[in-house]
Amino acid sequence: MDSVVRIRGLRFARAGKPILTDIDLTVAPGSVSAILGPSGSGKTTLLQLISGQLRPQVGRVELMGQALTHLSRRRLYQLRTRMGMLFQNSALLTDLSVFENVAYPLRAHTDLPESMIRKLVLLKLQSVGLRGARDLMPNQLSGGMARRVALARAMALDPRLLLYDEPFTGQDPISLGILVRLIRQFNDASRLTSILVSHDVQETLRIADYVYLLDRGRIVARGTPEQLAETDDPWVRQFLQGLPDGPVGFHYPAPDLLADLLESA
Amino acid sequence: MRRLLAQLGRRGIEFFARLGRRLLLLLRILAGTGALFRDFPLLIRQLYGIGVRSVVIVSLSGFFVGMVLSLQGYTVLSQFGAKESLGILVAASLVRELGPVVTALLVAGRAGSALTAEIGLMKTTEQLAALEMMAVDPIRRVLVPRFFGGLLAMPLLAGFFSAFGILGGYLVGVDLLGVDAGAFWGQMQQGIDCHKDLCNGVLKSLVFGWVVIWIALFEGYDSLPTSEGVGYATTRTVVQSALTVLCLDFILTALLLGV
Repeated sequence: MDSVVRIRGLRFARAGKPILTDIDLTVAPGSVSAILGPSGSGKTTLLQLISGQLRPQVGRVELMGQALTHLSRRRLYQLRTRMGMLFQNSALLTDLSVFENVAYPLRAHTDLPESMIRKLVLLKLQSVGLRGARDLMPNQLSGGMARRVALARAMALDPRLLLYDEPFTGQDPISLGILVRLIRQFNDASRLTSILVSHDVQETLRIADYVYLLDRGRIVARGTPEQLAETDDPWVRQFLQGLPDGPVGFHYPAPDLLADLLESA
Repeated sequence: MRRLLAQLGRRGIEFFARLGRRLLLLLRILAGTGALFRDFPLLIRQLYGIGVRSVVIVSLSGFFVGMVLSLQGYTVLSQFGAKESLGILVAASLVRELGPVVTALLVAGRAGSALTAEIGLMKTTEQLAALEMMAVDPIRRVLVPRFFGGLLAMPLLAGFFSAFGILGGYLVGVDLLGVDAGAFWGQMQQGIDCHKDLCNGVLKSLVFGWVVIWIALFEGYDSLPTSEGVGYATTRTVVQSALTVLCLDFILTALLLGV
């Protein structure tokens, strides 16, 4: 298979307002692909379309060789047992302990004996450095720990594809460093494919093999981090370097300041 | 005028779309009944959460309602020299009407609002989406045990309400106002019919339980995933449940009495 995800001519709108327009995207097996863009650019919607949480209105989304448009719920669930997702809020089940959260996909989809489940869960927790936290409840974890537990849970069934929705948001520098290392490490060690949606430019560029830049629902640039760093496009430069002013103005469109001030109330 | 018509049309479409979503959710819950056998502990946990945790408030409320009934009943009955009929008045009012209705209102306020908030928050914190992504149907894992837990809990709670109500009525009527204890229990034993009173009371509480938990689950599942959205949904659960229970009580009473 030459691609894990293949999107052609994708369009998506909500209440008549276009969210994504003419998206073409291919994710090669074994790569870490990043979708970068400012808030509201349609990144999370794109991830939801890739994961089958939303269905494309126009165009084609293929996941591991299967078109998602008319896929039945049962077939979609079968596909999902081969993929994992790390949510922005970690999304741990709050009524289950750390151990049970990681064991949950194993219990739901396999008939493994309890002793084997225990070993697998402990190994997954060990890989994120939280074997000692197995008995804690989600409300006893810091944000960084919760995200690592969620990562262990996403890896529980040894997926072929791992999706990350804003994995670095709200993390302290140490947790950030750990997550960056884990994402790359899991991808290479487990030979899986990773798709990362983020607006944290520096962290993402450190681990991505290929980057798509999204702005107002369109892919405005694509390439390796090195290729993007050399681009002359002013919008790409402004976004990647975090410049306060440029093609995206500092000011929200407004009438002339003097006219606005002098206008009688 | 055109704007008014457009707004009316929009509201109408919204109402029917919501009704449709509500029915579809119920169908999906009923279709997932089989999951209960696999996840039996989840049902027990919900029976505990919705039922056991409501026992104190329901029993206490029943106790006070029974005491008030006894006081009011005694005042009226003694005017006609029929104070010995106090037992049957208290028991019939509780078993036929107040037990199922007030219990349903209390469950809507305590457990129904908590269910809506819990499911709304699970949606806000992406737990429902995470289940979907783990190829686990959130309706089977989250909603089905809550629905049947609530359905089973309601008649049991109504039983607690009526039992404590009768106890409260007895304490006020017999110990405080001096009604003969033998007459209190004897008339009750003679006058309360198992089929007409007890079974109809259980039927009512099952129907109310169905409706209250259905509303609570739908409002949580359909809520906007924001703190404001969950707040609105919780309020809607309590208001809609109360109105629906009172309206249904009239319809059921009329049907059961054969009017």
